[in-house]
Amino acid sequence: MQIREKKSAFDYILFILLLGLIFITVYPFLNVLAISLNDPMDTMRNVNFIIPRKFTWSNYEYVFSKNSMFGPFVVSVARTLVGTGLGVLCTSMLAYVLSRKDFYFNKAFTILFIVTMYVSGGMIPEYLLIMRTLHLGNNFWVYIIPGLIWVYNVILMRSFIEGMPLALQEAAKIDGANDFTIWYRIILPLCKPVLATVALFVAVGQWNSFMDTYLYARELPTLQYVLYEIMESAQIKVDAHAAALGLAKSTVSPMSVRMAVTVVATVPILVVYPFLQKYFVGGMTLGAVKD
Amino acid sequence: MKKKKETRRREPFSLSLMYKQRYLLLMSLPFVVWVIIFKYIPLWGWTMAFQEVKPKTFGLSLWERPFVGFSNFIKAFTDRLFAQTMINTIGISILDIAIGTAGAIIFAILLNEIRLEHFKKLTQTVSYLPHFVSWVIIASIAKMLLNDGGAIETLTGAKLHLMSTNSPLFWVVVCAINLWKEIGWNAIIYLSAIAGIDQGIYEAAKVDGANRFQRIWHITLPGIKPTAIVLLIMSVGSALNVGMERQMLLSNGIVQDHTMVLSWFAYVRGIGANDYGLGTAIGMFQSIVGIILLFLANKVAGMLGESKLV
Repeated sequence: MQIREKKSAFDYILFILLLGLIFITVYPFLNVLAISLNDPMDTMRNVNFIIPRKFTWSNYEYVFSKNSMFGPFVVSVARTLVGTGLGVLCTSMLAYVLSRKDFYFNKAFTILFIVTMYVSGGMIPEYLLIMRTLHLGNNFWVYIIPGLIWVYNVILMRSFIEGMPLALQEAAKIDGANDFTIWYRIILPLCKPVLATVALFVAVGQWNSFMDTYLYARELPTLQYVLYEIMESAQIKVDAHAAALGLAKSTVSPMSVRMAVTVVATVPILVVYPFLQKYFVGGMTLGAVKD
Repeated sequence: MKKKKETRRREPFSLSLMYKQRYLLLMSLPFVVWVIIFKYIPLWGWTMAFQEVKPKTFGLSLWERPFVGFSNFIKAFTDRLFAQTMINTIGISILDIAIGTAGAIIFAILLNEIRLEHFKKLTQTVSYLPHFVSWVIIASIAKMLLNDGGAIETLTGAKLHLMSTNSPLFWVVVCAINLWKEIGWNAIIYLSAIAGIDQGIYEAAKVDGANRFQRIWHITLPGIKPTAIVLLIMSVGSALNVGMERQMLLSNGIVQDHTMVLSWFAYVRGIGANDYGLGTAIGMFQSIVGIILLFLANKVAGMLGESKLV
């Protein structure tokens, strides 16, 4: 039985509160977007606006005309595509093996991976391993291999696979499929929802990653790192930086360029995440309940 | 809901079993090698914490490097930056946990109480947005808004010096930005906990005349308490692992005294100043204290009669 309550003042306060929260969340992004589309000289007057006062594409033209932006953009896209593709495949393959309770090494391997969620060697030993022992510095694969698998995602996917009826695998086995075929032809296609969740996590992680460039590959910068460099140098010496970039002060300002780069680095995420919402919300809670 | 699990049994070791499971072996061995190289070799690197390791001596084998006992740890603890770094790390951690947990719970309750389904969906979708945006972008936006002469100061007309006050106030700025970024994401788990509460209890309370605040206080909050406790235990376990990325990106020359945290300190001493042994010692200290804190928090929760993590 539902007891209807009529709308009270509480409902209105609630509505206004949440509206305020939406505003606080969205305003900075709209502000950045507006500045990036506004005439740089005009922006200097007052930076508080969400509708461009003097519309111009010049900031974006500048960003895309610079060869120095094109390379990092390609690196960012490449690491996201390669890292996500490989990462998702490897995660699901390992998750399948670890879901096989009849596998002789199941327990041992599971422990081997889970331990690494709680203790890690730390930044310096990892840095030395990658730079001094493996010589991966400034190599594209430094973006892919060291972070190939996140154990958290493996556990997430294993829980999902364990929830599937065993009969599927048994039937395939009777038809003569080997374990690899079972994973590739049966498990993988049935894992789509959890694959989408993991792919989103990995792709966002790859696109947003900054520390690995900072530590290991400054000569192979990503978009995030370039934004960081613009931010840092603009902070120290605005004019010197503008001069170094060859900006005539009247046409482009470091602030406006920075906002344009910020938008370029944000948009891909903005486009993707709302569509995957139902998957990651499910993924978050699945991971929290099991294990 | 839970079905009885069908199980497959593990057979004892034999060569024929290995042959039968050769595909499973082939499918997992590359990752075992990977985890040993990228996760266990760095752990073995902890031996460097007890040695003097500089760029020149790194090439030497373990036994050729000079062993120095605990002197790297002593060096770290007596470093002129150490005391302030510890205070910052703990201060920021406590603020992060307190503000973050309270914020997420309040937001989840507000969302749960709103009855306009479409508006609720919209609010949620918008609230996830900052979580997916990188710290570099957040820092870029934050500096634009909060710097002296930035948007907030022009808007309020007051000289707030949000990004240029060299005091623990800057912790609040950092944690507030973090709250803004993660509140929607962290609320997900509380929302699902609230969804798990039996609706019959709410109906019964309504019949008994409980108003909405009473229902929130006596039903919703106790309902999410176990979830909150598990998450609290976990965050206490990572209390010293305040990330270097956020701190470094939001910091500037003026406020650096109050942004330096342990992981960044390890970077500055270990990689910046090329004292690998010292940097490893700082990282090792951070890791070990983290594990101890996790166990302590778990114990305390158990003693208070709450659900434990392990």
